[in-house]
Amino acid sequence: MTQRNQNAEGVGSALRLTQPTHDSTPMLEARGVSRTFRVSVGLFKPKRTLRAVEDVSLAVRPGEVVALVGESGCGKTTLARLLLGLLPPTAGEIRIGGEATTTLPRRAIAALVQPVFQDPYSSLNPRKSIGSIIALPLRVQGGSDSSTWRHRVEEMMERVGLARSLHDNFPSQLSGGQRQRVAIARALINRPRLVICDEPTSALDVSVQSQILNLLQELRRDMGLTYLLISHNLAVVEHMATRVAVMYLGRIVEEADTDTLFRAPKHPYTQALLASVLTPEPGLGVPDTQLGAAYPNPLEVPPGCRFHPRCARVMDVCKTVAPAPIATASGFAECHLYNPGEPRVS
Amino acid sequence: MSERILTVEDLRVDLPVPAGSLHAVQGVSFHVDRGETVCIVGESGCGKTLTALAIMDLLPVRARRTAKRLELAGRDMLNLSEREMSDIRGARAAMIFQEPMTSLNPAYTIGNQLEEALLRHNRVSRRQARERAVYLLERVGITAAGSRLKQYPHQLSGGLRQRVMIAMALMCAPAMILADEPTTALDVTIQAQILHLLAELQREFSMGLVLITHDLGVVARIATRVVVMYAGEVVETGTAAAIFSNPAHPYTRGLLACIPVPGRTQRGQPLGTIPGMVPSLIGEQTGCHFAGRCSHVIDPCRRQPIPLEAARGQGGHLVRCIRHAEIAEPALVGWVERQR
Repeated sequence: MTQRNQNAEGVGSALRLTQPTHDSTPMLEARGVSRTFRVSVGLFKPKRTLRAVEDVSLAVRPGEVVALVGESGCGKTTLARLLLGLLPPTAGEIRIGGEATTTLPRRAIAALVQPVFQDPYSSLNPRKSIGSIIALPLRVQGGSDSSTWRHRVEEMMERVGLARSLHDNFPSQLSGGQRQRVAIARALINRPRLVICDEPTSALDVSVQSQILNLLQELRRDMGLTYLLISHNLAVVEHMATRVAVMYLGRIVEEADTDTLFRAPKHPYTQALLASVLTPEPGLGVPDTQLGAAYPNPLEVPPGCRFHPRCARVMDVCKTVAPAPIATASGFAECHLYNPGEPRVS
Repeated sequence: MSERILTVEDLRVDLPVPAGSLHAVQGVSFHVDRGETVCIVGESGCGKTLTALAIMDLLPVRARRTAKRLELAGRDMLNLSEREMSDIRGARAAMIFQEPMTSLNPAYTIGNQLEEALLRHNRVSRRQARERAVYLLERVGITAAGSRLKQYPHQLSGGLRQRVMIAMALMCAPAMILADEPTTALDVTIQAQILHLLAELQREFSMGLVLITHDLGVVARIATRVVVMYAGEVVETGTAAAIFSNPAHPYTRGLLACIPVPGRTQRGQPLGTIPGMVPSLIGEQTGCHFAGRCSHVIDPCRRQPIPLEAARGQGGHLVRCIRHAEIAEPALVGWVERQR
C-alpha cells in the first residue's frame, strides 16, 4: 500500500508541473444543463420521458484534460452532444469561452470545439478521399486562401503520423489506427481550442490504442489543446486526465482531480467502478463489485439517490431524499455518507 | 495428474482468397485440463477466434481445417460427421459469444431457448428442462428467474443477456466452455461481475474454460495458463504468473508496455508502442512473423522457421523466439520494477 502511495505521489508531482490555473474562465461550461427525450415504449403505449442528462454543471478550463466516465446509458454521450452544440439542452445553459452558445452561430462553435468519435469506421465518409475529409472543416469555415488548403492538409497529416501519400486514398484502404488519425487531423485542421474525444480508442487494438493516446498527449502539449475525454476505460482515464467527472444515470455524482479520485474515491459508485478495473496483476483474481444484478434504467430513475438500488452502503435516507453535492478536497460528491447534517441510520 | 479435457495439436486453418490461401491459423497447439482456465490472447486478426471456431467445427464453409490431434475428453473430433459433432456441441462443449444479442434468437423466449439445449441432447421432460433452466438462471444471479423465462432477449439488458448465455451454456453440464470475448461488449462493472461468475461456476462444476480475449487485464486475473497468439501462431505460452512477470517474447513484452496501468505508468509520459503492422498471412512466410516489428531482429530471424522452445527457468513456459535468452534481461527491467 505504501508502495502504491509513493507511486501516486510520483504521478502527482509530475502532474503539478502541468496543472492548469484554476482561476481562468472556463473554456467550456455547462450550467444546470438537462436534456430529456420523449421515447416510445410500445405501439399503443403513451410516450415516456427519458431524462438523459439532469441538471449537470461541468467546467473545462484551458489546459485541462477532463474525463467523463460512467456506464453505457449514463448520458455521457448525450452530454458531449450538448456541449458540441449538436443538441439543444431542454434546460440550462452551455457557455463556450464565457459566451452562451445560444448567441453563437454553429460555425463559431465548430471553430472552437471539435469532436473525435469512437468508431473510425463509421465517422468517416467512405466515398471521400482522406485529403477531402481532412479539408472539410477548411471548406466549411471558408476564410483563408483555398490554394493553401492542400498544403495545410498535408502538414496536418504529417503531424498526426499519416504519410502524405495517403492524401488521395479512401478510408476503406486504411487500418483502424490510421482512420482514427484521419479523424484527429480533421478535428485539428482549423486549430480548435478544445477537442471532445468520445471513446477515441475503444474500437482499437491495444498496440494501436497506445499510439493514439501518445499522439493525443503530444498534440495537446504542442498545440495547447484542452480535452474532454469520454471513456469507460479507467486505466486510460487515469493516464490521460487531470480531472475526472463520474456520471451515473444522467447526473455527475462525483468530481475530483485524477489523483484524489483514484486514491480516495468518495462515492460508492466511483468505488465500485474503480474496483472493477482489471489491472494486469496475476493472482489477484476477479474482484467482487457488490453491485448486484440490477441494471440502471434511465426510463425509471429511482427516487432519492439514483444509485441506491445498487449501493452496498445504502441507508434509509438514500431511498427518499436525493443527495445534494457536498464539497470535497478537489471537487464534490453527491452522497449522504458525506453529509454531516444527515442522521446516519443504516 | 488432472484430467485432460481438450487437446489441440498443430491446428491449421486456411481460408481461400483471390490471391491464394490465407493461413489464418498456423500450427496452434495447446491443452486444457479439468478445472483450468486457458486464455488465448492476441490482437484482431491473430487467429484466436478462428481457433475457437475450428475446435467447435463452426468455421465458414470454405475454410479448411487440418490438425494432428483434436480431442475433447479423450474423444477424437477430427473425423466426426456433422450429426456426431452436433451431439457434442452444446452437450460436451459449449460456446459463449461476444454479442449476446446476436447469438440469442429474438423470436423465441429465454425459457424456450434454454430448454431447447437440454431437450435436444438429453431424454428429459419439458418440466425437468424448465426446472433446470430456473435453477441455472438463479445460479447466474438472475432474480425472478421463473418470470424471466417468458421474456424475449430484447427485454433484457446486455449484462442479463450474457448471464442467460452462460446459463444456456451450462444447461447440459458440459466438460468445457469456450468463451469468445464474453465481456468485451459490456461495461467494466458488468464485466467484472460476469468474469467473477464464470470463474466461480468453472470451479463449482470443475469445467475446462477457454477464454478468448484481447484484454490483458482480464487474462491476468482469470487465467491459469495463457496462450499468446500473433499472426496465426502461438508466440508464447505459460502460466499467468510467468507471462506477466517474466514475458519472454518481444511481442508479449511490447503488448504489456502498451497498456496504461493506474499507479504504475506515469501520466503524460508516452506509453510503449509496437511500430509497424501485422504481416499479410496470404502465401508462405519464412522466419519469425514478428520480425518486421521487432527491435531485436537479426538475420537468422528472417531465414528459418522459429520453433517454440522452453524459456529459462519455468516449466511449461514456451516462447517462439531465437533470441529470448539473450534479450531477456535488459528490456524487462522497467516492467518488473513496476511490478514490485
